[in-house]
Amino acid sequence: MQTSEVREKIADIISDIALDEDLSTLDDSQPLRDQLDLDSMDFLDIVMELKKRHKIEVPQEDYPRLASMDSCVEYLAPKFVQ
Amino acid sequence: MKHRIVITGVGLTCPLGNNIQDFRKNLLNDESGIRHIDIRHMGKVAAGICDFDEKKHQPRKMRKRGTRAGSISIYCANEALLDANIEFSMVDKDRVGVFVGITEHGNVETENEIHELYENELDTGLWSHHHNPRTVANAPAGEVSLNLGITGPVYTIGAACAAGNMGLIQGLQMLQLEEIDLALAGGVSESTDTFGIFAAFNAQGALGQHDDPSLSTRPLDINRNGIVVSEGGCLYTLERLEDAQKRGAKIYGEIIGHHVNSDASDFVLPNAQRQTECMRKAMRKANISANEIDIVNLHATGTKAGDIQEAKAVAEVFNSCPETYINATKGFIGHCMGAAGSVELAGNLLSFEDNKIHSCKNIDNLDPEINLNNLVQNGSVDKKVEIILNNSFGMLGINSCVIIKKFNN
Repeated sequence: MQTSEVREKIADIISDIALDEDLSTLDDSQPLRDQLDLDSMDFLDIVMELKKRHKIEVPQEDYPRLASMDSCVEYLAPKFVQ
Repeated sequence: MKHRIVITGVGLTCPLGNNIQDFRKNLLNDESGIRHIDIRHMGKVAAGICDFDEKKHQPRKMRKRGTRAGSISIYCANEALLDANIEFSMVDKDRVGVFVGITEHGNVETENEIHELYENELDTGLWSHHHNPRTVANAPAGEVSLNLGITGPVYTIGAACAAGNMGLIQGLQMLQLEEIDLALAGGVSESTDTFGIFAAFNAQGALGQHDDPSLSTRPLDINRNGIVVSEGGCLYTLERLEDAQKRGAKIYGEIIGHHVNSDASDFVLPNAQRQTECMRKAMRKANISANEIDIVNLHATGTKAGDIQEAKAVAEVFNSCPETYINATKGFIGHCMGAAGSVELAGNLLSFEDNKIHSCKNIDNLDPEINLNNLVQNGSVDKKVEIILNNSFGMLGINSCVIIKKFNN
């Protein structure tokens, strides 16, 4: 899967969780929490949606890998391929 | 001497309006708030649904995270503060209490998650981490705390269908104890989002149904049909009289009496003797006699046992009072469960201003076992109103009664 497609799938999930936020100005290199009103429950939602929609398991020790959009794509791209 | 406690704001959503004025107008115009909806596993049922704007006071993300009951509470709490003309940013949030009566909580969320569990082939790994915070019993009140930043005592009161009055009573008591300076108090219900409550009333032979949804429940009529389940909420801002007067607040009325007791006799069947005692003890606390009461609002759910037992209780206390009129609200809006007591009180509260007593709805053939003098059943009655007694009773035999008096400077 292309990196851009992976990014799109992650953005779809985040936009369904951060319902009141504008994602169009997101800086992919910066932490999501610095740019969006996301708390720990939201990150659990992201993990759950990855599991539900794409059958991707994210173990707890890997949660820091979801910090920014770039790190999400880097971490998740190989899992989307599988 | 105990503090005098007054109502200074009303935040309401019910099947006949999203504020007290619209609700009042629709009651006096004999409108029905009941319609058919489709619910899971049961199909078409009659129900009372609210159409308030969830986004008015709550971000979409928090609505998705929370519950319908929480959303109703948040709407009512914010509207009550606006109605009371309170500049909330200036209020010490530590001195605010929220007391929300509920019939039950968590059924809706659990049913939804069980439904999803089956869709997910019983994979409990996909069970929502939101389950616990959504289903804890204090959720409908706690969501208000989060929404408004209230750091005082915030909790629910579980009291079946007596709960709306009970929230009000808890608010009054906390103000009298000087634990808080401002209360948001009443009741809410999200029950229409669960099929279980409809199925259970159906199994009990008590679910109101009719091809014309407005005729699905006819409390006190011989063809009463049964209960229509409704959602709704009503929270009042309560203050000590001296505080309300100091800020020049509009005062809807003063809570002059209340009582709560229990039947200790049956899971579901009411007990007229205990209901009589509840009303009499509330009047004793208010230091008034029965003939001073202008309106008695019945609980009257539209079940034979409930209607007849309550009518017996009310007749015993009030049939000798020529100036006391009796009405009931559920023929208009169905049964708002944990919100019923507070919503139905709001339906009568403006009678202090317009001096009308709204009618019951859908009584064409009064059940001959109902013997109530001055039952208002064919249009509203013009009468100067000074005191309202509001009954709400619930399963497991809990009875609640509040008495509100018009405030005269």
